[in-house]
Parts: sequence; structure tokens; C-alpha cells
Amino acid sequence: MKDRKTSARDEKLKQETNPDKTAKLGRDIQARIGEQLRAMYGDVVDQGVPDRFVELLNQMDKPRKGDKGGTSE
Amino acid sequence: MKLDPSIRDQMLSAIPNLRAFAYSLCGNGDRADDLVQETLMRAIDKIDHFTPGTNLNAWLFTILRNHFRSEFRKRKREVEDVDGKHADRLVSQPNQVGRVEFEELREALATLPESQREALILVGASGFSYEEAAEISGCAVGTVKSRVNRARARLAEMLSVEVGDFTSDQQMRAMIGEAAG
Repeated sequence: MKDRKTSARDEKLKQETNPDKTAKLGRDIQARIGEQLRAMYGDVVDQGVPDRFVELLNQMDKPRKGDKGGTSE
Repeated sequence: MKLDPSIRDQMLSAIPNLRAFAYSLCGNGDRADDLVQETLMRAIDKIDHFTPGTNLNAWLFTILRNHFRSEFRKRKREVEDVDGKHADRLVSQPNQVGRVEFEELREALATLPESQREALILVGASGFSYEEAAEISGCAVGTVKSRVNRARARLAEMLSVEVGDFTSDQQMRAMIGEAAG
């Protein structure tokens, strides 16, 4: 009990005397980086599916006239 | 080749995410979309290798990732460790997608080694678990974890300079005040 109390106080003292600003700044930055990363990624995701890909899938989906499909290995 | 309609729908709904991943890897819109297109063509070609009921998304990401890596190697020499030079090239590419506000992050991302950037995007943006990311990247889970950690630390280091060093801001003001007075 006493030990824990002491260590808790030491911890507090340590934070006060040696304000772990760097660590806090680090966490803030990490949070910001995470947000920005998802926002940047989400920006592209939100663009949906461009027509060229819909067309591609439609085209690939159609049975081909030629025998190209059959010759692939 | 006739695609199973449910597979086709799943592919279609995977496209926005594939594009975002490709953009993050390439840093160039046109190339990213070409990469996605080639990925889809490969996937359809190899659809027999896909086990129905398993994660199609992860399967497609794997194809994209591997294709990017092999294409990349073909077009350029290994650039993994050439930090600044490669970054400059990525950043100065035209047709960059995305808003200006992400510019700093893009620049910082571009300086990361390829494997770290990939791991960070898969886990931090695509939302894959470490296990899934490991499968996609073809490495151990621990490797993904350490890559993500290193990428985060590196980005924090780079971006913290701009995120506002409050004390130096104060110091700066003090200095300016001093100089003015």
C-alpha cells in the first residue's frame, strides 16, 4: 500500500518536475496522424467507383466472342 | 468468362478501397487507377484460385500489393532506402489526388520505406487486422507490428516539427519582442 502510494506520488512528481510534454505531444501527434491518414484514405473511398471500372467489370463479365479466354494457360 | 454475380458485386464494392490503397502506395492518381484496373483483370483471370466464403477484399489487396511491388521493381530500381530522392519524385508527380490539407502527410508518407508505408496504410487506414495485413504483405504478424510502429514514430518525428512546438513559439515571440524593443 505504502509502496504504491509512494510510487504514485513519485509518478506525479515525475510528471510535474519532468513534464512529459514530449510524450503527450507524441500522443497528440499520433492521434492526429491517425485521423489524417483515415481522412486522406476516406477522401478517395468517398469518390466511389469511377465509370471505367464499372465498364471494365461489365466487359470482363461478358462471354467473349473470340476464344481468347480458352487459350489462357 | 462469366463472373459469379455475387463475386462481381463484391469486387465492385471493393473498388473504392482498392483505389484508396493504390493511391496511398503510388502517390499518383493515374498510376493508381491503372494499378487497380490491372489488379481487377488479374483477379478475374485467377478467380478460380479464390476460395468462396473467404475474404475477397484481402485477396484483392494481396493481388494489388504484389502487382504493385513487381511493377514497381520493373519500372524503377529498388528505392526503398533512398529516402529523400524518392520522396521528391513522388511528391512532384502531377495529377496528385487529394486535397492540399493532406499534402504534408503525403510528403511524410512518401519518405517512409515502402514496406512501412504499406503496413501503416493497411492497419491504420484500410482497417485490416495485423493478421490480415501480415497475410496481404506475406510476412509475419510481428513484422507488421514493428513496421507500423516504426512508421508511426517516423511520421510523428517528421510532422511534430510542423504541428507546433509551443515552447519554441513562445521563445520565438520573446525573441521577436526583444529584437523589436
